[in-house]
Amino acid sequence: MINSALFYNVLRFILLILVQVLVFNNLNFFGYINPMVYILFLYWYPIKQNRTTFIILCFFLGLFVDIFSDTLAINAAASVTIAYLRPTIMRFVFGVNFEFQSFKLNNSTKAQQFTFLALLIIIHHLVYFTLEIFNFSNSLLILQKTFTVGITTLILCILFSTLFSSKKE
Amino acid sequence: MQQIISFLIKYKTFLLYLFLLLLSVIFTFQSHSYHQSKFLNSSNYIVGSIYSFSDNITSYFNLREENNSLVEENKNLRKKLFNNTHFLESTIDTSAVDYEVVRGRVINNSYADQRNYVTINKGENDGIAQDMGVITDKGILGIVENTSNNFSTVQSILSDKSNINAKIKNSNHFGSLVWSNTQDYNVVQLIDIPRLVTLTIGDTIVTGAMSSIFPENIPIGTIKKFDLDNSKSFYFIDVELFNDMTNIGNIYIIKNLNRKEVLQLEAETEAND
Repeated sequence: MINSALFYNVLRFILLILVQVLVFNNLNFFGYINPMVYILFLYWYPIKQNRTTFIILCFFLGLFVDIFSDTLAINAAASVTIAYLRPTIMRFVFGVNFEFQSFKLNNSTKAQQFTFLALLIIIHHLVYFTLEIFNFSNSLLILQKTFTVGITTLILCILFSTLFSSKKE
Repeated sequence: MQQIISFLIKYKTFLLYLFLLLLSVIFTFQSHSYHQSKFLNSSNYIVGSIYSFSDNITSYFNLREENNSLVEENKNLRKKLFNNTHFLESTIDTSAVDYEVVRGRVINNSYADQRNYVTINKGENDGIAQDMGVITDKGILGIVENTSNNFSTVQSILSDKSNINAKIKNSNHFGSLVWSNTQDYNVVQLIDIPRLVTLTIGDTIVTGAMSSIFPENIPIGTIKKFDLDNSKSFYFIDVELFNDMTNIGNIYIIKNLNRKEVLQLEAETEAND
């Protein structure tokens, strides 16, 4: 059981990076929208795991995407931020019951899953575009990019998570 | 002491987060001032191999288009050759050439970021080194930034760090080519052209002679719009590129054989001041 969970996470890690850099980085929808679907790794990652490993994993997830897309370490900074904030977001979205042993993402309502994913994406994109543009006179551009790219990422992530969700018995 | 340790244990995730965030911010800002970091780029072996694998598949989709553009270029070169008959008779003395050209292929291209990089399939084994110019059959593309044995990354002209010497064709008024409106990937800006120059929309912009990277008179684009800048003494010119930056396949890398000498001379002159 533990091995299969580990196996799925490693597989997800590699596949999401490859899909991100080979497909979605070349999408250039409307000229600049490249959705960042690798955030799904943080959405799918098991909840009751060591936080330290999780943060380090997410750092490397972002860093690998960075190396592929020549964006220095912007993705790493953004994904390590949402990795750190994930428990806080979960407590906000799911209430205290996510700390119980029986809690599973599939058991929560659709609205909760949606909010959780949307919050992850908004924070990630805000950090990402702030670091990328790094000019507060362009804050409107930061917000515009966060909004447009964020919506696209959200739609694609929802599609992916419905496509690959574990079967409901 | 015990309190310090217990503090560290208590906040270990937060400290780890701070550490990793700091690390990535350092990686990011180190390269704002100077070249891209040495190892965080797509010219390394693994990334390059994955990109050339995917390019092997996708390059088939626009072979016809690419062929057409190469034939078009050949046609133009032949036209030049036939109208310059003394070229045909003279043989080129290989010890007296100033530039060498290496051909390559783009295996990864980006144009939607603030700083765009292009990965190409030629590296140190083919004699590529930092600060060589890269052009396509239509116009300039960028400057080599990092190299590995078999791959290189090129800083595209679509980068807010890019700054290339350019001039108006058939004149010697030169300025700097930058990318300040980082939204539009078909338009770059030419600045520092004095206002006494007469400009017309549609004028051709080419590379200038001040650069030790590009040869003179490589086409860049045409003037789309011009305006005076804030100081009212220089123009701010929008240049529409000849290159379609979204669709680049074959490229040429230019080695300036005199570059070392030029740089050395300039450094000596500056030291003597």
